[in-house]
Amino acid sequence: MAYTEEELKKELETKEYEYGFYTDIESETFPVGLSEEIVIAISKKKEEPEWMTLWRLEAFKIWKEMEEPEWANVHYVKPDFQAISYYSAPKKADPNKTLDDVDPELLEMYKKLGISVDEQKKLQNVAVDIVMDSVSVATTFKKTLGEKGIIFCSISEAIKEHPELVKKYLGSVVPKTDNFYAALNSAVFSDGSFCYIPKGVRCPMELSTYFRINQAGTGQFERTLVIADEGSYVSYLEGCTAPSRDENQLHAAVVELVSLDDAEIKYSTVQNWFPGNKEGKGGVYNFVTKRALCEKNAKVSWTQVETGSAVTWKYPSCILKGDNSIGEFYSIAVTNNYQQADTGTKMIHLGKNTRSTIISKGISAGKSHNSYRGLVQVSSRAENARNFSQCDSLLMGNECGAHTFPYIEVKNKSAMIEHEATTSKIGEDQIFYCNQRGIDTEKAIALIVNGFSKEVLNKLPMEFAVEAQKLLEISLEGSVG
Amino acid sequence: MLQIKNLHASVEDKEILRGINLEVKAGEVHAIMGPNGSGKSTLSSVIAGKEEFEVTEGQVILDGEDLEDISPEERAHKGIFLSFQYPVEIPGVSVTNFMKTAINEGRKAKGLEDMPAKDMLKLIREKSEMLEIDRKFLSRSLNEGFSGGEKKRNEIFQMAMLEPKLAILDETDSGLDIDALRIVSNGVNKLRSKDNAVIVITHYQRLLEYIVPDFVHVLHNGKIVKSGGKELALELEEKGYDWLKNEATV
Repeated sequence: MAYTEEELKKELETKEYEYGFYTDIESETFPVGLSEEIVIAISKKKEEPEWMTLWRLEAFKIWKEMEEPEWANVHYVKPDFQAISYYSAPKKADPNKTLDDVDPELLEMYKKLGISVDEQKKLQNVAVDIVMDSVSVATTFKKTLGEKGIIFCSISEAIKEHPELVKKYLGSVVPKTDNFYAALNSAVFSDGSFCYIPKGVRCPMELSTYFRINQAGTGQFERTLVIADEGSYVSYLEGCTAPSRDENQLHAAVVELVSLDDAEIKYSTVQNWFPGNKEGKGGVYNFVTKRALCEKNAKVSWTQVETGSAVTWKYPSCILKGDNSIGEFYSIAVTNNYQQADTGTKMIHLGKNTRSTIISKGISAGKSHNSYRGLVQVSSRAENARNFSQCDSLLMGNECGAHTFPYIEVKNKSAMIEHEATTSKIGEDQIFYCNQRGIDTEKAIALIVNGFSKEVLNKLPMEFAVEAQKLLEISLEGSVG
Repeated sequence: MLQIKNLHASVEDKEILRGINLEVKAGEVHAIMGPNGSGKSTLSSVIAGKEEFEVTEGQVILDGEDLEDISPEERAHKGIFLSFQYPVEIPGVSVTNFMKTAINEGRKAKGLEDMPAKDMLKLIREKSEMLEIDRKFLSRSLNEGFSGGEKKRNEIFQMAMLEPKLAILDETDSGLDIDALRIVSNGVNKLRSKDNAVIVITHYQRLLEYIVPDFVHVLHNGKIVKSGGKELALELEEKGYDWLKNEATV
């Protein structure tokens, strides 16, 4: 009864989305379509000051002139932007509520997802700002953070309470004109997280946000802004799951990180949005712009574990503007069935003695396609820039694809750039070897995949690493769930 | 312990084993010798349950149980161990992690809890000392960048850790220098008891000077053409296989 390659593949294909349920919460949803009126209505609904409304309108104007990009190695039916509703808020939400006042149905949903806020609070010492559809419904640990001068709140709240910070930094890393989806996000972003760490403060806990997509046909346009002031440190965790739906759901987030002189930001993501069923129907479109700006001696590490979404288009990047700044990108991307991922990073070396490291692990199964796309750019002024890139691909079965598109642009002779790439396949011989030692095929795959991903998993905070490891197993092991 | 009855096996419709009969009792060491392509490695793979090989006729019986429908991992749980001729690499998985997983999967199959870390460490220390294995070696990725000799020593280390009932050593001597051969053989000899058995597959008589067999069988064209005591190995060393090939066709 040993497994053949054929059976192995079949097993991989029979994976069902673990978090496939829909919670029935009364939502207040805008009519579909996008126009100036809708943009103004969103801004009004959120009681934003005029400068914000104008900012959005300008972005909308820019977006109208832009075209949807087509260069990524993914194929999908383009979303109809006039068929999407751009605002949806759980009706009973009130930012002044305590956790006890939160809609019990919401809490039930968190329980199903295994992320009870209470549990998070007690066990993991993590402050959780939950974004459900579009409005923050619960923020915890605010007080502890407040004592250190740390601001951790929804972006809507920040616009009202801390306009000077938002005005200064919003769009400073990802301008409205950056790309089609960033422009769209700038016009209609619904909510998201804001975080500011004051000078010299080391954030005493991991900050965490869980994003959910719930409402049918509702676009999700999260906006995240993290500012680490001089000499500060913060580790930020972002984790996502979504109920399964038949319609494609568009998610176009923008994440901006500002790491000022001598500051450090660690930004970790575990993403598990509905990838579509095994015929490739449904699933989330994930078109995200994530970018960090590093000033002098600053450091930013992006770590991501991507297992979900039907189509992923995502390049967490670092602009190494300050001298001696450091950018890191550690990524595991898993695709199965008909999933498509085009993901990677950009390391833009502007300052002297800037260093960057890229470790990318792509795992493809089923009929999926997994592309790494990376740019390492060294400007003429960036003396002694260093980069090390490693891109490894692991294939399962004969119908999937792994692609690597590394771009290197160097304009300074003192630069040192290294690029390594490997492609391997989980072989029947490896499986049989494990079987012979008493390890069944599912466990064997988990062992091999975890071994392959180890360098990246090690970069995640402990409790997140365990979750991520479990997610990898769920994503690839079919009948286990 | 092990009975092989009229075993026929083929791969991609090509018959490789053509009626093997063999009985191995507890406490015995059997050597299987033979020229290249005679079916030695196929025999070990079939006993271990590799799916690629189709058993077309005959039986493999372990402790009275026909293994036909038993998966490779279940066979391992029942005490069959194969020291591979070409052990595979598993990057990122340390020797220790691999052994921990293998031992605990075996325990799980028997309804036991995971082995406590303390006991596991003790076991690893004991077995690695016996095989003169450097502790650093245990944190390296399984077989990745190992020399031929290191791979084989690692196989015997795993065997020592798993304490199988029936160990099949498939050309464990190839790639070993004389010192490594001595260490590996000592390891195997220490694991021998009245309750377990070893099948040694080899080309050369050299290994059999260290692991002394009770029986020697010569495999040719998928059949055992001659069986005898340990002196048969010496005779083969001296005369080669040709005289047996001739004898077989007569």
